[in-house]
Amino acid sequence: MATETRTHALKAKEYKSDIAPVWCPGCGHFAVLSALTKALAYLELPKERVALVSGIGCSSRLPAYLDTYGFHGLHGRALAVATGLKAARPELTVVVAGGDGDGFSIGGNHFLHACRRNMDLTYIVMDNEVYGMTKGQASPTTAPEWSRSKLTPHGPGVRRFRPAAIALAAGASFIARGFAGDPSGLTRLIVQAIEHRGFSFLQVLSPCQTFRPEQTEWKQQVHPFDGEPAANDLEAAARIHADDGMALGLIYVEPLPVWQPLAQPSASLAEIEQELSL
Amino acid sequence: MRRVLLTGNAAAAWGARLARVDYVPAFPITPQTEIIEALARWIDAGEMAARLVTLESEHSMITAAGAAAATGVRVFSATSSQGLLYGMEMLYTVAGWRVPWVLVNVSRGLSAPITLEPDHNDVLAARDSGFLQIHCAGCQEVLDSVLLAYRLAEDARVRLPVIVNLDGFYLSFTREPVSIPEPAEVDALLPPFDPQGLAFRAGAPLSQAVAVLGGGPYSYFRYQVQLAAQNALAVYDEIAADFAERFGRSHPAVEAYQCDDAEVVLVMMGSFATKARAAVDRLRDAGRPVGLLRPRLLRPFPAAACRRHLLGKRALAVIDQNLSPGQGGVLATELAAALYGRPGAPLLASFIGGLGGRDIPPEELFEIARVTEAAAERGETPPPRLLYTEAELRELRKLQTIAAVERDRRGPAP
Repeated sequence: MATETRTHALKAKEYKSDIAPVWCPGCGHFAVLSALTKALAYLELPKERVALVSGIGCSSRLPAYLDTYGFHGLHGRALAVATGLKAARPELTVVVAGGDGDGFSIGGNHFLHACRRNMDLTYIVMDNEVYGMTKGQASPTTAPEWSRSKLTPHGPGVRRFRPAAIALAAGASFIARGFAGDPSGLTRLIVQAIEHRGFSFLQVLSPCQTFRPEQTEWKQQVHPFDGEPAANDLEAAARIHADDGMALGLIYVEPLPVWQPLAQPSASLAEIEQELSL
Repeated sequence: MRRVLLTGNAAAAWGARLARVDYVPAFPITPQTEIIEALARWIDAGEMAARLVTLESEHSMITAAGAAAATGVRVFSATSSQGLLYGMEMLYTVAGWRVPWVLVNVSRGLSAPITLEPDHNDVLAARDSGFLQIHCAGCQEVLDSVLLAYRLAEDARVRLPVIVNLDGFYLSFTREPVSIPEPAEVDALLPPFDPQGLAFRAGAPLSQAVAVLGGGPYSYFRYQVQLAAQNALAVYDEIAADFAERFGRSHPAVEAYQCDDAEVVLVMMGSFATKARAAVDRLRDAGRPVGLLRPRLLRPFPAAACRRHLLGKRALAVIDQNLSPGQGGVLATELAAALYGRPGAPLLASFIGGLGGRDIPPEELFEIARVTEAAAERGETPPPRLLYTEAELRELRKLQTIAAVERDRRGPAP
C-alpha cells in the first residue's frame, strides 16, 4: 500500500457505521463485515480513502454498515459502478461487495469483463448458493439437485457456475476463496486482495441460515488448499481443476498489467493537430 | 366456479393456469415472486401442463418468452419495476416480432432512490414499446384481465403482447375474495392458441426477426404495430362484452363511476382508484356532484371512451401515480391530448401522488375535489401539484438535520 495514505490507525470497529445489520441471526455476512473492518484497520486505510460498492441482495446491504464511502447500486451493476468510480478516482481503495445472485447471474457479464480489464478493484462475493432476498431461489452456484426452492422443487438441474475457473479464464490476476467460519483466514485474504494491484476476486463461502440451513455443515467440509498459490495461469488451472469448491486460501496471484485510464490526455491538442494535418 | 381468498399475485397465477399456458420463463423479483412460485408448485404437482424455466435475468426472461411465443406456444411471465426496465429493449423487440403473450407487471417504484413500494413509472416506461397495457384495481380483475389479455393478444386483428398491471403490496399481497372460473368456462372464452403464421414446421423453415435497411420498411413495420394497437380498442370491447356475458363481470376499457351527472370527475388508474371510489361516495353523501373515471386500458388509449364520459363536465382532477420529470403526470398528458380542441372539454387539474407507495388518504381526495371545483369556478387551471403534507416534510427535514449534523461532525471532504 502507498505509505502516504497511512495516518493515525483506527480500530476495526471504528470502520463500522451505527446502523445495525438487518441480516438474519447466524448469517455468514456478519463475519465478512467484521473481517473487512479488521482488514481495513490492519491496512490503516483512512475511511475517506475507502469506497464500498454493492449491487442488490442481502450481502449488498454491506456498504450501509461501514463508515466509509458507500454506494448501493442496482441489481447486478456493482462492478460497473465500481469501474466508473475507480476510473475517476484512482486514489480510492475500491471494494465491491455482493452475492452470488447479483454477481454471477444478472451481473455475470460485468464479472467477466472486470476480470479481463484488471482494474485495481477488490471484489468480495459472499456466496451462499441461494437468492436470499427474494426468499430462497437457486442461484448460479446452487447444486443442480438442491430441491428446497419453491421455484425449482426438483432442483435447478443446471450445472453450477464455477467462479474461480471463470475468473481465471476471464483473466483475473488474483483469485482466492475464504470462509465466513474462518474469520482470521478471511481477514488475511481480504488484506491480500486489497494489497494486490489489479482485479482481486475473493469468493467467500458465507452460509445462509434461513434458506440453506444445511450449510452449517460447511464448517466440517472446508479444508485448506494444498501447496503454494499458483503464480501463473497454467498452474492455477491445475489447482482449480483439482478443487472441490470447499478448499480455502489464495488460489492464484500474478502481477498482470493493471488497466487505469489516464487523467491526462496522451497527446496535446497541438500534437494531434499536427498528426492530422495533410 | 368457487370463491376463495386470493392475493393479487395468486390471482395472476390463476389467470395463467386457467389460460393453460405452455411455457413460463421466470426470474424472481419482489413483489412478484409469489406468482412464479405458485406456477412452479402447480407444474410440479401435475396440475398444470407447462414448462417453467428459470433464467439469469429479466432481460433473458423476456427474450425467451418472445422466442417461445414465436414458435406458436402460449407464454406467460411476470416481473416488476427494475426487472421490467432491465428487459426494456426486449419489450420493444418482442412487440415488433408481433408475438402474442402476456406479461404481468407488479408495479413498484423505480430507483433511485431504490424502493419496494408501488407507483406506475415502471409500467409507464413500457408505454411506447408496442405492448398493450391493462391496469387492474382489484384481485378479481387481475385474474379476469389475464384471460382477457390472452384473447386480446392472440386476436388475428391484434397479434401483440399485453402487459397486465397490478400494484405491488396494495394488490400483490392483499387477499380479496376471488371467483375462480371453471376450466371449461375459460376454455370456451379462450380457445387454444391459434399460432397462425407463428410456427416451426419441418419442411417449411422460416427466418424471423430479420433486419431492415432504410426508413421505408422500418416505418412500415412500426406503423403496423400502431394499426394493430388501434384495432385492439374495438377488439377489446368485443372481448369484454363476451366476458361479461359469460361470467357476469364487466371490465370495460374505461370504468366510469357516478360520472353521468358529475360536474367534477377524478381520473385515476390502478388500485388507488378504489380509494377515490370511496371518496366519491362520501362526497356524494355531502351533495357534491363528483364522479370517478378509471381507464383500464392505457395502450391502446381509449380516448373516444374518455371523451364520451368527460366532454361537458366542468373539471377533471387527474391523479397520477407517476412522474415524468419536466412534464408532470403521464395520465394528465394523455387525457389532455384526448380532449384538446374538443367542444365541451373540461378544465384539467393535475395532481401527482402515491409515488413509491405513499398513501393518498380520503382527506386529500376531498381536498383535490375542492381545489378542482374552485378552479372550475374561477375558470383557471391550477398548476400541477404534488400530494405531500407538511407533516411529511417536517419528518424529512428532521432526517436532513440529522444528516447535516453528521456531515459537519466529519468536517469538509479531504
